[in-house]
Amino acid sequence: MQSTTATAPDNTGDAQAAREDICLQVRDLSLWYSESQALKSVVMDIPRRRVTAFIGPSGCGKSTLLRCFNRMNDLVEGARIEGRILLDGQDIYAPSVRVAQLRQRIGMVFQKPNPFPKSIYENVAYGLRLQGVKSRRRLDEVVEKALRGAALWDEVKDRLHENALGMSGGQQQRLVIARAIAVEPEVLLLDEPASALDPISTLKIEELIYELKSKYTIVIVTHNMQQAARVSDYTAFMYLGELIEHDDTNTIFTNPREKMTEDYITGRYG
Amino acid sequence: MTDLHIGEHISRQYNEELEDIRTRVLAMGGLVEQQLKNAVQSLVERDTELAAQVILLDHEVNAMEVAIDEECTTILARRQPAASDLRLIVAVIKTITDLERIGDEAERIARMASRLSEDGRSVKLVTRIAEMGQHVREMVRGALDAFAHLDTDKAVEIWDRDRRVDEEYESLMRELMTFMMEDPRTIPSILETVFSIRALERIGDRATNICEYVIYLVKGKDVRHTRLTDEADDA
Repeated sequence: MQSTTATAPDNTGDAQAAREDICLQVRDLSLWYSESQALKSVVMDIPRRRVTAFIGPSGCGKSTLLRCFNRMNDLVEGARIEGRILLDGQDIYAPSVRVAQLRQRIGMVFQKPNPFPKSIYENVAYGLRLQGVKSRRRLDEVVEKALRGAALWDEVKDRLHENALGMSGGQQQRLVIARAIAVEPEVLLLDEPASALDPISTLKIEELIYELKSKYTIVIVTHNMQQAARVSDYTAFMYLGELIEHDDTNTIFTNPREKMTEDYITGRYG
Repeated sequence: MTDLHIGEHISRQYNEELEDIRTRVLAMGGLVEQQLKNAVQSLVERDTELAAQVILLDHEVNAMEVAIDEECTTILARRQPAASDLRLIVAVIKTITDLERIGDEAERIARMASRLSEDGRSVKLVTRIAEMGQHVREMVRGALDAFAHLDTDKAVEIWDRDRRVDEEYESLMRELMTFMMEDPRTIPSILETVFSIRALERIGDRATNICEYVIYLVKGKDVRHTRLTDEADDA
């Protein structure tokens, strides 16, 4: 895998990220849903093996941007994109890119856990079976590794063949993460992964995110500002489709540059 | 001069809590300044009654420190302040610690004033000590003003004045030392004076600390242990 040398784009002004190895580059990305513009010339660099959090009020474009990373917006009727997103320097919207393959490299986890109505084992093995892996031993290995990676193995190792829908919400969410990492992606996109979970399950997910970042580049969208402060290395604040500020999380939460960011994270009227 | 926009939170209760904390810090500062003024005066005028008032006031100052501290802890726990709100809380916690210590130093001066006047001993160089006391008091008041108005220029100016107080301290020390060498019988009473000016010098240092917190609060920059004048300029 070729790594791209980072150059910080001017309008993110992010000196810290400039020193990082960059995984995803967003270049002048604009997106329209029919007539309404949801993203406005977004430029940002997402560092490899770091957690980047997107925050901002509803409708600010953070989920839209996240979905662009694995081309989920392709499915939305009337959605139109301009600009580029580069994964390891390669344009993910280039005609030669096969979306299914892209989604193996960039996995996604949604707000509501969505396990398949199958066994725990089959949920995790699903991606590999799609790839045509048939060896029982290979599947066993990968399932165990992924479940361990998602901090779920000890809880489910004795009931791998029970239906996944019988698990708790927090376990289901970790199962979905296990399913995503089973195919060994480079990037994990998490769209409000803990907003439907109780506080303890939330902390488990956050702990998991911390562990996963040694292997994966993680981008998380969250409405929970304290969660962004706890789990992320970098935070991007978006408003009305624009990237307002992107900096290391300590700076954003102690001394943000932009007044709009300050007003949002401190709960002031915008 | 800037504004922290404390009154702009969506939660009105939060606005009130933060505003209340700021007001109480300034009230505590007012008490401490009063303590300092009376302490120096009691030393200069050998007024034991005034000295007793200073000592009594210290309980009130201590109680305020505890109360404000508790309020800050509550806000940290319940509101999870961020950015300028967080810096305000951190600056307040540090400021009240220094204010409380200034109160302690004032109390110490008052106790020495009582002892000196009860023993009927005179204070050497009393005019100059009064002058140093006045300068230190101006620093404390200036630091509190800078805090009240979030005025970093004022903070830098006050911070800079500490040099003059340090010089006054050095010069007084040299002369008091000469007195002690000339007439060793004066040593016990001069030592009390030495401790008093030492207390004043420390109060000056505490006032500069508060100035540093003001700069941190406004600019988000920690200027402790730096050459503050340079730092504050380039922000």
